[in-house]
Amino acid sequence: MLKRVHFPTSVLPYLLVAPQILVTLIFFIWPASQAMYQSMRIEDAFGLSTEFVWFENFQILAEDKQYFETFWRTIIFSACVAFISMSVALFLAGFADRVVRGAMAYRTMLIWPYAVAPVLAGALWVFMFNPTLGIFPYLLEFVGYDWNHYLNGHQAMLLVILAAAWKQVAYNFLFYLAAMQSIPKSVIEASAIDGAGPVRRFRTIILPLVSPTTFFLLVINAVYAFFDTFGIIHAVTQGGPAGATTILVYKVYNDGFVGLDLGGSAAQSVILMILVISMTVIQFRYVEKKVDY
Amino acid sequence: MATINLDQLTKSYGPDEVLHHISGDINDSEFVVIVGPSGCGKSTLLRMIAGLETVTSGEISIGGKIVNEIEPADRDIAMVFQNYALYPHMSVRENMAYGLKIRKTPKDEITRRVNEAADILEIREYLDRKPRQLSGGQRQRVAMGRAIVRDPQVFLFDEPLSNLDAKLRVQMRLEIRKLQKRLGVTSIYVTHDQVEAMTLGDRLMVLNAGYVEQFDTPIELYERPASMFVAGFIGSPAMNFLTATGGDGLVILDNGTALPTRLSTSGPVIAGIRPEHLIAEPEGVLPVRVEMLEQLGANTLVHGVLDGSDIPIVASVTGIQSLPVNDVVRFTPGPDALHLFDANTERRLS
Ligand SMILES: Nc1ncnc2c1ncn2[C@@H]1O[C@H](COP(=O)(O)OP(=O)(O)OP(=O)(O)O)[C@@H](O)[C@H]1O
Ligand SMILES: [Mg+2]
Repeated sequence: MLKRVHFPTSVLPYLLVAPQILVTLIFFIWPASQAMYQSMRIEDAFGLSTEFVWFENFQILAEDKQYFETFWRTIIFSACVAFISMSVALFLAGFADRVVRGAMAYRTMLIWPYAVAPVLAGALWVFMFNPTLGIFPYLLEFVGYDWNHYLNGHQAMLLVILAAAWKQVAYNFLFYLAAMQSIPKSVIEASAIDGAGPVRRFRTIILPLVSPTTFFLLVINAVYAFFDTFGIIHAVTQGGPAGATTILVYKVYNDGFVGLDLGGSAAQSVILMILVISMTVIQFRYVEKKVDY
Repeated sequence: MATINLDQLTKSYGPDEVLHHISGDINDSEFVVIVGPSGCGKSTLLRMIAGLETVTSGEISIGGKIVNEIEPADRDIAMVFQNYALYPHMSVRENMAYGLKIRKTPKDEITRRVNEAADILEIREYLDRKPRQLSGGQRQRVAMGRAIVRDPQVFLFDEPLSNLDAKLRVQMRLEIRKLQKRLGVTSIYVTHDQVEAMTLGDRLMVLNAGYVEQFDTPIELYERPASMFVAGFIGSPAMNFLTATGGDGLVILDNGTALPTRLSTSGPVIAGIRPEHLIAEPEGVLPVRVEMLEQLGANTLVHGVLDGSDIPIVASVTGIQSLPVNDVVRFTPGPDALHLFDANTERRLS
């Protein structure tokens, strides 16, 4: 005989989950559905009337050369940010892992940048690289290099990449350090006895053994570069000069709030939403499984 | 193959000195076991020889060359770790070939040596597996294999068998012994298991709290322990110690019993008698009140106290014996069974 347990119906469980559901509804579901609804409407130039147009906004985007340029730029930007911040973090973690004396002090200092708000981080870099006031343009002048990221699009791109990567180094560093410290010390010692020098040990033992972390961070950094760098770009270049540092999220803001093309902007944010959902799926599907070694 | 010389070796961690003036010479092809209780500094000493720990003072020489400042890679040693320390991302074959590849050994030479070692250790069929696909005993063999393919001057073992079950441990112990004799590589083996130490070592270095208590052959350690520590550590069950007063050709136990000895001593001494050297006799000089029996099949351990005192005595008698508890059984030490130690220094009186 199957035994069934009956609980008396009560409102308590519903009450307990209500706040979470409310937050999700107000801050996630509602704006998302608004964006989706908005993405299918076009407003006239004076904002007096709107028209429901199904997928016309998306069609316009698909034919927009500028949008594809932005897409491509975002991919380059993200790849550079992920590569720079991860390799710097790996390098630093490799050394911090070997430090014996004062290890805590180093680690604390390396983790600090993570606590800095994106806009403040941006402001910091703006000051350091200000063509007239900044210390770096001043120093670069000595080697005969003219720095002005207000005019030069490549320099502007380089600057936002550096600022965004710098901010993410701390996060990557933490994960790499933890991964390295979970490698048994005797494995490293065994390879030292086998004749491997520090560089070779790093390349043949440590690097392969932290590869699950590398894969995890790759996804995290891509998501970060795609979506969380708005504050830095807004503070450093405002997407300029001439759109040279406008990445997808920045274009959403720019087209919507500056250009007031609400429909087009909403369509872009729907595309971004699909992107972030698919990245999250990748992360859950593959990262949770350990990389096989 | 090489000799190893330790000269006044000292190790400190900050203000704590954990190894004190360790000296000893290890001959070519010799199998030396470093044995002692947990925390006495065995691993530290071995890791200093490997070059994984710095030397605070003193000298280590391998093959006549001082190696204090030489990197582990350049000491021509191989080490087997307690947790095996296999490279988890490499196959068994790659694990064994790693050190050879670094030393730029030709490819066919690597293949030949890996296969040869795999044959010796009977791990041929696992060569393409990853370490996590192996059992503990198989991993242990791979760790051994990684050491022998390198054909080093010295093998270092840090408790390589302590993660195996009792039966496998006995089997691997014999194999390690055979392998070492066959290859003739000078070896140092760390263990806290005195049976392992006695069966494996040509000579044993007994460490206690960072001091060398005695460095000698197993038989010598058993027959002429240099200190009460060695006497108590080597042999199972442990030696009985009785306080006594020295005399001319005899010692007088606290209960008045006089035991004959070839030595003439005076003042307080400690008399040591191994349980297996106590012979039950109706007119024996040591009356023991039986408290408990342990039947081991081949012999029986009699736990009791010296009658009229609370000094514990253990005797090992052959065969299965059933003695009534609380009865008094009389024992006599066999000839030459008495070990005498200074009551203050705890060193052997000889
Ligand atoms: N890094 C270290 N810093 C300070 N003290 C240490 C360090 N490593 C070891 N010690 C101390 O040195 C002593 C010897 O340690 P060691 O590991 O050599 O013991 P052991 O004889 O191998 O013991 P076991 O049988 O438990 O492995 C211990 O008292 C230990 O606390
Ligand atoms: Mg140890």
